[in-house]
Amino acid sequence: MKRSITRLLMAPSVVLLLAWMIVPLSMTIYFSTINYNLLYPGRNNFVGWMNFEFFVTDPGFWIAVSNTLILLISVLVITVVLGVALSALIDKPFFGRNIVRVLLISPFFIMPTVNALIWKNMMMNPVYGIFAWISNSLGLEPIDWLSDYPLMSIIIMVSWQWLPFAILVFVTALQSQDTEQKEAAQMDGANGWHIFRYLTVPHLARPIAVVVMIETIFLLAVFAEIYVSTGGGPGYDSTNLAYLIYNQALLQYDVGVASAGGLFAVLLANIVAFFLIRAVGKNLTV
Amino acid sequence: MAYLNITELQKHYDNYHALRGINLAIDEGEFIVFVGPSGCGKSTLLRTIAGLESSTGGTIELDGRDITELSSSKRDLAMVFQSYALYPHMSVADNLSFALRLAKEEQSVIDEKVKSVSASLQLDKLLERKPKELSGGQRQRVAIGRAIVRQPKVFLFDEPLSNLDAALRVQMRLELARLHKKLGTTMIYVTHDQVEAMTLADRVVILNAGQIEQVGTPLELYRSPNSRFVAEFIGTPKMNLIELDNVVREADTLHLKLLNASIDFPVARTHGPLPDKVVMGVRPEHMHIVEAGGDLIGKVELIEHLGSEAYTHIRLANGQTVIVKASARTTIKDGEEVHINVDREEVILFNENDRVFSVIAEDASHE
Repeated sequence: MKRSITRLLMAPSVVLLLAWMIVPLSMTIYFSTINYNLLYPGRNNFVGWMNFEFFVTDPGFWIAVSNTLILLISVLVITVVLGVALSALIDKPFFGRNIVRVLLISPFFIMPTVNALIWKNMMMNPVYGIFAWISNSLGLEPIDWLSDYPLMSIIIMVSWQWLPFAILVFVTALQSQDTEQKEAAQMDGANGWHIFRYLTVPHLARPIAVVVMIETIFLLAVFAEIYVSTGGGPGYDSTNLAYLIYNQALLQYDVGVASAGGLFAVLLANIVAFFLIRAVGKNLTV
Repeated sequence: MAYLNITELQKHYDNYHALRGINLAIDEGEFIVFVGPSGCGKSTLLRTIAGLESSTGGTIELDGRDITELSSSKRDLAMVFQSYALYPHMSVADNLSFALRLAKEEQSVIDEKVKSVSASLQLDKLLERKPKELSGGQRQRVAIGRAIVRQPKVFLFDEPLSNLDAALRVQMRLELARLHKKLGTTMIYVTHDQVEAMTLADRVVILNAGQIEQVGTPLELYRSPNSRFVAEFIGTPKMNLIELDNVVREADTLHLKLLNASIDFPVARTHGPLPDKVVMGVRPEHMHIVEAGGDLIGKVELIEHLGSEAYTHIRLANGQTVIVKASARTTIKDGEEVHINVDREEVILFNENDRVFSVIAEDASHE
């Protein structure tokens, strides 16, 4: 009796969540198996695996997969390494620490589109960007970041966006580090580097795992930065999977192939998650 | 020249004067206990010696070397923390050998030392475990082992037993005493527990409000405190402090008047002028309940039976309460009227500034 009441009360939310997930997923699966191009309405016949074949054999496909992974891994490494270093630096009290903290966190409050616009127009523009100005004042040729190093530019933008998140998590974690342990290490003859290496880094293992997991979810689907700045180009040089799917669906009006791409992205996310959880997941249980 | 010399040590926090001129000389091999109520500066003093807090004045010399400005890693001291502060990600063996590894000792030397220390602390079966897989007592032993392995000049203990349960605390106290006997190294120990102070110390340093109140062997502090603070702090139950009605001097004798009683006290056992107001201090075991003809008369309010003895709380006619030790099998009942005798040899007199101006009987007879 009691059990059935619990289930009854839980049912609405469970049903809602399930519907929320099942409906789009099943529609995607359905679209991926039919011929569904907005330019040719009414010819929605069943085509089997053809959409998948089209998507996988697209000239941009493998470039997009590798770009997605390069972007993911580079941003993870940059944000975790810099995040740990910066949060360790601002852990000790110094004059103006609160202001420095706010400044370090603030990029996180900026929308991805605005972020990309700032970098595109104020920093990386070869004519009036700050990087160009620095190059010019040093007597060097300005670099056209977005055309010459498109993927690198995207990595810089996304890292700038996500570094604050890592810092936020690590700063909080560092505050829970036991000061007596550090003092004990000091008495044992440890210098600052030793304490960082043998106490702080192991202490941060779990927060690092959390940051890697959460960032991965978002980094697999980076879109706004690419859309606003490079538009996936030149060629496919800065196209990732999310952008390729958008390309299929809205530039070529082929919903069927786009749905197939979406399912492939789900597959890729699961593969990455599988390896990730095996690699960092054991830190979470310690 | 003492082994560890502390001269005029000062510690100011932003708006708090934690140490107000500490002077202390500690000999090599002594077991010194800092004791005092919370906030008296005992932990600050220990941490300043350790170099974890910087001093704002004065000097600390260890073995003829000025270490006042030295970083704690170069002072050659080892500390056992209240929380044990074991490194949570390292095994017991790694915890023990951490300092040696940092000092780049030979692996064979490290193994040798870890082995001998873990054997002497019964940790040899736990070497592969992580700190969180150990019990409180085991963690405590690892923390002590981590200090011993380095063979420092001085051991510092910051309330090391306060996180253990009562039974384990007694056991660890014994082990610490044994350890000090075996190693013979100078130890400084901070506690707020006077039983630990009395049982472990060669000399006890009683701190009060950032100053040293008195230094002495446990027995000295117990029998002849300098001040009311020390008298009240040492001893359970507390020393009875009885305000006297009047003190009359007659030739070589003081008559201590309280209610109907008059207790004779030789002038030779006092120093300085006779203050207007005198408080008499007597420990519970130096008062005795007698059949009749005692110095004081009072009514029993409460009897606490501890098994080996009993403490009777007795209210005197003027409303003051005294605690008198009685035998375990006392037949006195609540509400009964009893007579109390006072051991004259053990009476201590305080002046209005709460300082002691008398000496106990034995000392007087030696003069």
